[in-house]
Amino acid sequence: MKKHWYDYLWIASLLYLLLGFFNILFAWLGLLCFFIPLVFSVARGSKGYCNRYCGRGQLFGLLGGGFGLSRRKNVPQWMKSHYFRYGFLAFFLIMFFLMLWNTYLVFAGAQDLKQTVTLLWSFRLPWNWAYQGTLFHPGVAQFAFGFYSIMLTSTILGLITMLLFKPRSWCVYCPMGTMTQLICKARRGNRA
Amino acid sequence: MALKGKKRCVAVVDQKTCVACGCCVKVCPCQAIRIVQGVVAQIAGEACVGCGRCAQECPASVIELREVQA
Repeated sequence: MKKHWYDYLWIASLLYLLLGFFNILFAWLGLLCFFIPLVFSVARGSKGYCNRYCGRGQLFGLLGGGFGLSRRKNVPQWMKSHYFRYGFLAFFLIMFFLMLWNTYLVFAGAQDLKQTVTLLWSFRLPWNWAYQGTLFHPGVAQFAFGFYSIMLTSTILGLITMLLFKPRSWCVYCPMGTMTQLICKARRGNRA
Repeated sequence: MALKGKKRCVAVVDQKTCVACGCCVKVCPCQAIRIVQGVVAQIAGEACVGCGRCAQECPASVIELREVQA
């Protein structure tokens, strides 16, 4: 099958993860992975981002499929249930807003900047080497640390399920995928 | 008439659990699959050759091959 430019977006995803090790402010670029799928679903009623442009999905597909790092087993039934998918989306959104709250506290001067990356919402790792101080407010860096934590956490979860199940098992419970599908369902419902 | 009574395989999607990720669309050699309104994958039965690549690729394993009358 003919390759298109968007089939190489896995390089951008990989680069994004690597850049976060050098300068945490690059984490802001990850907002593209939040807003583009939302624009696709809200404006066009499609999951065009998942279907074509998701570099993370491509990366899992490449590692699990191309490099054969996946066991290629079926995901368990509970993982594809609506309870789990919507529950994970709700949990993810709560943690996202908690991160925004922490960013606000730093902007408001009520809390100091924490130069850490929190993995799996629990393990706090020092990440001070990726922040040398900037012209911007510390709150800008706090958001970057928080957002990068989310991106790295979801990559780790995706890699674990890639190894255990099918390469792109992450797509089954990806919060952005679930959210955009819900938006598309709502749009379809309104038009029906 | 020659095909009367013959059966062939086609891929069928469980529409309730499909996550509409589009992995199946990418691997279909016949371009027989499309994602409808961002909600569910739809397979054009007449274009499907029943190769099973979509079923193999589907991360949620919600595609299966079924025998139908040719």
